[in-house]
Amino acid sequence: MAKTVILANNISKQYRLGNIGTGSAVHDLNRWWKRMNGKEDPYLKVGVENDRSIAGGEYVWALQDVNFKIQEGDVYGFIGRNGAGKSTLLKIISRITSPSTGEIKFKGKIASLLEVGTGFHPELTGRENIFLNGAILGMSKSEIKSKLDEIIEFSGVAKYVDTPIKRYSSGMLVRLGFAVAAHLETDILIVDEVLAVGDAEFQEKCIGKMKDVSKAGRTVLFVSHNMASIKSLCNKGILFDKGRVVTDGDISSVIEQYLSMNSKIIADGTIPVGSSSAGSGVAKFKKLQLFNSKNESVDFVGYNNPLRFQFGIESSLAVNDIISDVRIYSMDGIEFAHAMNKYTQTMISLKEGYNEISCSIDNSLQPGKYSITIGIHHANGMTIDFVENVFDFKVLSIPDGDGNGYIYDWKSGYVRLNSEWKNN
Amino acid sequence: MSNQDWDIIIKPRSKFKIIDINALFQYKDLLFLFVKRDLVSIYKQTLLGPLWLILQPVLTALMFNFVFGKMSGFSNDGTPSFLFYLSGVTIWTFFSDCCLKTSETFSSNANLFGKVYFPRLIVPLSVITSNIVKFGFTFLLFLVVLAFNLNSVSVGLHAFLLPVLILITAGLGLGFGLIISALTARYRDLKFLVQFGVQLLMFLSPVIYPISSLSGNLRSIILLNPMTSIIETFKFGFSGHGYFSWFYLGYSFAFMLILLLVGLFMFTRVERNFMDTV
Repeated sequence: MAKTVILANNISKQYRLGNIGTGSAVHDLNRWWKRMNGKEDPYLKVGVENDRSIAGGEYVWALQDVNFKIQEGDVYGFIGRNGAGKSTLLKIISRITSPSTGEIKFKGKIASLLEVGTGFHPELTGRENIFLNGAILGMSKSEIKSKLDEIIEFSGVAKYVDTPIKRYSSGMLVRLGFAVAAHLETDILIVDEVLAVGDAEFQEKCIGKMKDVSKAGRTVLFVSHNMASIKSLCNKGILFDKGRVVTDGDISSVIEQYLSMNSKIIADGTIPVGSSSAGSGVAKFKKLQLFNSKNESVDFVGYNNPLRFQFGIESSLAVNDIISDVRIYSMDGIEFAHAMNKYTQTMISLKEGYNEISCSIDNSLQPGKYSITIGIHHANGMTIDFVENVFDFKVLSIPDGDGNGYIYDWKSGYVRLNSEWKNN
Repeated sequence: MSNQDWDIIIKPRSKFKIIDINALFQYKDLLFLFVKRDLVSIYKQTLLGPLWLILQPVLTALMFNFVFGKMSGFSNDGTPSFLFYLSGVTIWTFFSDCCLKTSETFSSNANLFGKVYFPRLIVPLSVITSNIVKFGFTFLLFLVVLAFNLNSVSVGLHAFLLPVLILITAGLGLGFGLIISALTARYRDLKFLVQFGVQLLMFLSPVIYPISSLSGNLRSIILLNPMTSIIETFKFGFSGHGYFSWFYLGYSFAFMLILLLVGLFMFTRVERNFMDTV
């Protein structure tokens, strides 16, 4: 059995809200007095949940009763919404702050990368900063010296290495910082979303380097909001919500749970009366649902997974041969894609009463949030019903099930066009 | 797995442990890189560069010489007046730089401390080390000025006490600085008083006047200042004019030890949760 290298027992962390000022001195005195008398800290109240949206209370638990065990060689992804307590936990693990209760034990040398280029001094040259940054991260001078050439080469700023870094572009700084960090040799590596920087080529390089690190059998803890990079790097994951551990286990099941927790599943998809902005009113949209591959009604789809819409239409008479369309808008309001039954010469008709029409669209949308407008029209173009911005949905950066996700942190355009490439 | 197998254990409150020599030793390279950074970066993009290390005390000594020596006619113990003020300024600047710079440990490194762990004590230790280097430069200048005045002063055996004087001064500066840094980490009120306090302390030390010009209660009070015997010993050793007593030097040393212990204790208490209150 693999060795346990990190063991966390009942970690909790409390923060005080608001300003530290005159009032906190009174609390400090009170706390000190209670401690002198051998009593518990009066402000460490157990059982108050960390919910940012609810105001009130002077203290908040950023983490509560967190327990986990990490084995040697595991690559762990920490997942959770903003404010779930991931960063607080990273700070405790990296010994930047101490927990309010509980304890964590480690085996081996740890290094944490909560930021690239920590401690860079603008007046010093690139070379001098490599030494400084490396030493801050815990490397010895001789260790850095032996890797200096590698670091400079990896960073790709060899030409400017003897220039003060205040003359560097922000991209160069990031590359230099990551290059130093990438050459850290520790048993446990803690990485916060530092990969969300640099250009695409450099990001690929970083992900490759991280994979090498994990292949070398070292333990990595990784926090990121990019599910595609988490999925490609990690084998295990912990899901946090409101300062507590929700799930701890295999990475794909953890990601799945995170996404379903994150989405607001539309119970029945009813379109409210009076939503139409145009049309003769002969027939009306009543219902709209988006289904995923498991036939669940959702407001998000996986990367490359088809958009399967289903419309419910109430019609007062039978209408033969209608035009039905879906317009897709970006969140900045650009109408950039269109789907219509006539493009595929499909005949759609309405009968008197309730009709159900389904429409499946190949999804080559880039990850992101989109909005749709739906319409039905007579064959001559006269609009029957038209509902603008009826529904928002998200395209994730990872597919539902197997397949590759969107691994980049930049995004260009809204749609990927099919293209064939070859060397001639 | 038993407890002995773990390398690091993080708990809310650790046992009474003031200083972790092993951890400090592991980061010794960082200490020297910080020293290098401090020394190199201050004078970048200046025309005179490291010359400023020497010019600063010279200008201060000239100013004191003019204001206190020429205008106010303070006694200078029979030493050539520029040399007299320079010797006071050399030691005092060393002390006040150590103290003021150390006291800013938390406030000026908040960004760094929030991102990465290393023994926080490395920062004040590097401050003291770079100030010792700076003192070295000022002292060289002092020796040059001394050489020009050799006919009117007599350098004695007590000059060999210099390393001890440096040690005590550095310890006092570090001790005061650590205490102030710990106190200002949470409540910043004190920060506004520090600059003023150090200046006040200078007037309570024999920098601009010799202890021989005082008598009675005032003299006893000034002698209670641990810096007094250091400055006087320095002047006595290098110019033959000054007040030397093993008793008061021993008093300064004991004062420094206690101050340093209190400072280290307070500093370690604060460094654990400093990031939550910054």
